[in-house]
Amino acid sequence: MSVGAIDAEALGRWVRAFAAEVSRHKEVLTQLDSAIGDADHGANMDRGMAAAVAAIDLESPAGPRAVLTTVGLTLVSAVGGASGPLYGTLFLRMGAAVGEAEVLDGPGFSRALEAGLAGVVARGKAEPGDKTMYDALAPACAALAAAFAEGVDLDDALAAAVGAADAGRDATIPMLARKGRASYLGERSIGHQDPGATSIALLVRTAALTLGTGSGLGGAGARVCVEDAGTLA
Amino acid sequence: MKKLINTPETVVSDALLGIAAAHQDLRVDHQNKIIYRAAAPRPGKVGLISGGGSGHEPLHGGFVGLGMLDAACAGEVFTSPVPDQMLEATKVVDAGAGVLHVVKNYTGDVLNFEMAAELAAAETGVEVVAVVTDDDVAVQDSLFTAGRRGVGVTVLLEKIAGAAAEEGRSLTEVADVARRVNANGRSMGVALTSCTVPAAGRPTFDLPDDEIEVGVGIHGEPGRRRLPLAPAADIAALLVEPILADLDFTGGDGVVAFVNGLGGTPLIELYVMYHEVARILAASGITVVRSLVGPYITSLEMAGASVTLLKLDDELLRLWDAPVSTPGLRWGV
Repeated sequence: MSVGAIDAEALGRWVRAFAAEVSRHKEVLTQLDSAIGDADHGANMDRGMAAAVAAIDLESPAGPRAVLTTVGLTLVSAVGGASGPLYGTLFLRMGAAVGEAEVLDGPGFSRALEAGLAGVVARGKAEPGDKTMYDALAPACAALAAAFAEGVDLDDALAAAVGAADAGRDATIPMLARKGRASYLGERSIGHQDPGATSIALLVRTAALTLGTGSGLGGAGARVCVEDAGTLA
Repeated sequence: MKKLINTPETVVSDALLGIAAAHQDLRVDHQNKIIYRAAAPRPGKVGLISGGGSGHEPLHGGFVGLGMLDAACAGEVFTSPVPDQMLEATKVVDAGAGVLHVVKNYTGDVLNFEMAAELAAAETGVEVVAVVTDDDVAVQDSLFTAGRRGVGVTVLLEKIAGAAAEEGRSLTEVADVARRVNANGRSMGVALTSCTVPAAGRPTFDLPDDEIEVGVGIHGEPGRRRLPLAPAADIAALLVEPILADLDFTGGDGVVAFVNGLGGTPLIELYVMYHEVARILAASGITVVRSLVGPYITSLEMAGASVTLLKLDDELLRLWDAPVSTPGLRWGV
């Protein structure tokens, strides 16, 4: 694969890398979810992404659209809860957006991610500051689009998206939850990092590592949450 | 954790095996975790399906049968079922008159049922209408929350809308009846203990021996406030007063008063509570014309109770009294 050419194989690597990171951090994701939700985000996403990897192995989807659609359908069928429809819709809308393209360039991937974000918004009705996955995904999309508009190369554009997703994730900590089960807590949701925004940050970081070279990320590993000293390889 | 289970992973599928073995009137699709009436759908009858996380039994599977649901989709414990299940159930129960989805207002349930309805429209053309229950007055209903949770009214709605469907009414009419039940019902619950999700292995929340959680949800969601344990008369007032403050239950054709056990509270205590509730209602000028007392929408082994009031009109009362034959509710047959 040449840098800047995102094909089915590269997207497959992304999906596998995200599945591996979700699995590695599932305890942390569940721990964050037990503070303000129902303590199943790590387990549900791990089950869903493992099923998505298995589906890709079984079906060997040809082309970007088929890979993204397979992942989306599998997540919808395997996860349950709110994460299944939301992550499933993200991948399904990305798949629909790439059309019949065999290879995506950076801006093409950026447009697909924007379409995925629009799907998440349509399904979950989230708005900025509601303390959801939107708060990490939307800044990442915006950073990616802005970088390509300035003519930045793929690695640096993805690095900008990673920075934006991480910042968006961290910004959920002081937010008052307005969507999902966390909203029942009202003021008591303040001070906790949103688990959905946390898994989105993993999704964006693994994109940088697999769709580009990850060279724009610099040497430092990633912090998943305040309580977690873990780093990403 | 001390539970009568084989393994935490198989608790839902093992329970479905038991339901199939115990109830000849039901048929269980074990692969899709769907409970159906054994008899094929009657042509021209609106299909009624519901579903949700397991752990609330008899809701929903125990309400499948004559005069109530046609199918119930079982999710993992406290996790909504996935769209594939509701899509399959929708296809199976459709008898040409469309299908009503009864959905409790939780983000996961709403999203998964929505996707199922979209898939049903795309794949089969079956007409689907969803009615969402949101009767829990403990939650502030505003743009800034996921909205009120669907609790006790769900049981009453499944009974009354099921009776309307059994009469051969159209999908629009059945959905109207269902929405009217939700609009005229309110609930509030209290927990004396937490509950333990089998896969988690430890209690969902900590509650000291001498405290209660007022306004608790059916998954152990936090309530309005935590108070010292008090006599049943005081606790009944804590539950009934917010309900009466939210909707005027006087006048009309009276109310159904429903005192529900959350799983770990014995019937003797529920009757103590019912007396206190009835006393408050009488003093408030509210006429109780029907009652329901028992564990119908539970939260595993949680000790506690909820109170639901439903304001009736003559049609809702007639549909409430119509024959029903399910594992969880049975009369008039």
